[in-house]
Amino acid sequence: MEFVKLETKLPPKEYRSDLEPTWCPGCGDFGVVTALTKAFSEEQFDPTALSVVSGIGCSSRLPLWMNAFGLHTAHGRALPAAVGIRLAKPEIPTFVTAGDGDIFSIGMEHFPHAARKNFNITLVVMDNRMYALTKNQTSPTSRRGYKGSLNPYGNIEEPMNVITFAIASGATFVAQSYSGNPKHLAETIKAASEHKGFSFVNVLSPCPTFNKIDTFKYYKGRTIDINKELGHDPSDMKKALELASHALDADNPELQDAEPFKGKVPIGIFLKVEKETFEDKVAKLKEQFMAPNGEPNWDEILEKYRP
Amino acid sequence: MAQKKVIALTGNQAAAEAMRQINFDIAAVYPISPQTELMGFFAEYVANGEVDTEMIAVDGEHSAMAACIGAAAAGARVITASAGPGIAYMVENLYVASGMRLPIVLLDVNRALSAPLSIHCDHADSMLTRDSSWISLFSENAQEAYHNIIMATKISEKALFPIIVNYDGYIVSHSIEDVEILDDETVRNFVGPSDIHRIPYPLLDIKKPVTYGATAQPDYYTECKYQQHVDFLKVYDIVREVFDEFAEIADVKYDFIEEYKTDDAEYIGISMGSSFGTLKDVVDILREQGKKVGAIKIRLFRPFPVKEVAEALSKAKGVAVLDRADSFDGIGGPLFKDISTAVMMSQNRPFIHNFIYGLGGREVKEEDFLKAFDRLERLEKGIETRDRFVEYLQVRE
Repeated sequence: MEFVKLETKLPPKEYRSDLEPTWCPGCGDFGVVTALTKAFSEEQFDPTALSVVSGIGCSSRLPLWMNAFGLHTAHGRALPAAVGIRLAKPEIPTFVTAGDGDIFSIGMEHFPHAARKNFNITLVVMDNRMYALTKNQTSPTSRRGYKGSLNPYGNIEEPMNVITFAIASGATFVAQSYSGNPKHLAETIKAASEHKGFSFVNVLSPCPTFNKIDTFKYYKGRTIDINKELGHDPSDMKKALELASHALDADNPELQDAEPFKGKVPIGIFLKVEKETFEDKVAKLKEQFMAPNGEPNWDEILEKYRP
Repeated sequence: MAQKKVIALTGNQAAAEAMRQINFDIAAVYPISPQTELMGFFAEYVANGEVDTEMIAVDGEHSAMAACIGAAAAGARVITASAGPGIAYMVENLYVASGMRLPIVLLDVNRALSAPLSIHCDHADSMLTRDSSWISLFSENAQEAYHNIIMATKISEKALFPIIVNYDGYIVSHSIEDVEILDDETVRNFVGPSDIHRIPYPLLDIKKPVTYGATAQPDYYTECKYQQHVDFLKVYDIVREVFDEFAEIADVKYDFIEEYKTDDAEYIGISMGSSFGTLKDVVDILREQGKKVGAIKIRLFRPFPVKEVAEALSKAKGVAVLDRADSFDGIGGPLFKDISTAVMMSQNRPFIHNFIYGLGGREVKEEDFLKAFDRLERLEKGIETRDRFVEYLQVRE
């Protein structure tokens, strides 16, 4: 099913609400708002036929700043709420904007299923590698040793490699970008929204208030574009997994010279493969069992149960 | 007699202090406002080795309660804490915990439920737990929260039912008050040592392997629930016993309810949690005007002190039930229905009216409760009429 689109392009600011974000100055998530509005504008989405869904967290406030149908759901439940929208209104583009805690901790159970079922949803995760709204706790993407309020002497857990996870779950579009690189971010989000199927963009989005390690300063000059600089072809799943397995190498001081990223943090499209979406399969099923006039063929159905 | 010291603490700090002194074996945590800070304080005790507690940061409140169930079934003394939507997310496992008869302490730093999203105080979260066979205590201030947690640990283990200690989010959790702290030894002696044979059939007793939570078909499910029902009625005596024991160490004699100037009161207001201070002030204001009014605070919310409330209302003409949560059922707030049930047990049936207040952190002022008493009196005297039992106190219509 094709998305509802406008005949003419609206300027990006038309996709913003009149609410000013309450994020801290310098928050990486501002970049995501800019990139999203730019992508919406270029895709010619209709603000009255566009939905932005979130869960709970700093980044999950994003739908409030947008001129679109916003749904601020329970902690971790953005994806299943978006699935509901997809099934009810497959003609409306659906974006999920959430944080690493929301998606990879409390709401983790929904990610692999939304991905493998290949709903046509664009999931943008603003990954600051900790919980910010509750004032600094470790999240599943926090580095080892990260000090949060619940582990004052440092995280003893290993961070999750969300890129590998997304590929293994069956997501058909998997990318990473960085909110300090607006051009790359806008291009990536645009590519994700153009993708038919489950598209996941993990945005490295620094929290200037609490996370003093994964900062803009840290990322500056430390990202490497896997497509432009390393020539990665996102249709190559085997290579995508191989590259993804090194996504967290930069955390490790011993791997600063190791291939393929040499201490840098990868950005770019890891995987992009075409598969039929869940919504299209549903539409096909309906078509298959519907009589030409749109009503079920009751005689045919009842015949099965007649002795 | 116990050594005591008075220190200025927030509700969350006082709760963390009780947790430190009790020295739980296991604490499961997941961040949610306004609870997070509490576990943050406690995490420092854990990290500094001031307690023996193993603390686990889990991936959600559902998992927090699951971790508590596992640990309690293995015989450990366990605690977790949450608020609002976190409590809501836990509810499935609350029923599992009580059905398994596991002693677990849950601190509910009361917060409103979504939607709309609010991190501020009301009692809607706790009302989700009221039919779950968890014992439930409400705290008016940091001092009571501190005392309730210590008593709760013992009540829960004696009753073999899990227990919730409620204190109001932000109003109590983040406000600094003087709190009288007992010495560590007194608290530890009071709760006694935690050991694996505290529950009758610990999961990890390899000589006596058992399964918790197995299926009960229609032929036995009713008997399991009846046993739970009968035992939950025994909780009243256990709570009284522990309150009495606590009076010996803390010089404060708690009861299921707290009465304020009710002896000759014609009109009585009833509330739970932090608003009781405001309610008492309002009683004083009205007493100065020559009105015979009183106030009742519910401390033991589950099991509900039906007899005690009936007795306390036996001479009243009118009762204003102040609910910090709505039930949206055409009847009234949750507390209203409990009080109405209690009144059914009384020979004297006072006029009862229900007011909803303080939702989503709405500030409660004396004038609000003055309005409630005024409306109650007018209704009772027939000066005004009502077409429903429940009204909102502080709303812009």
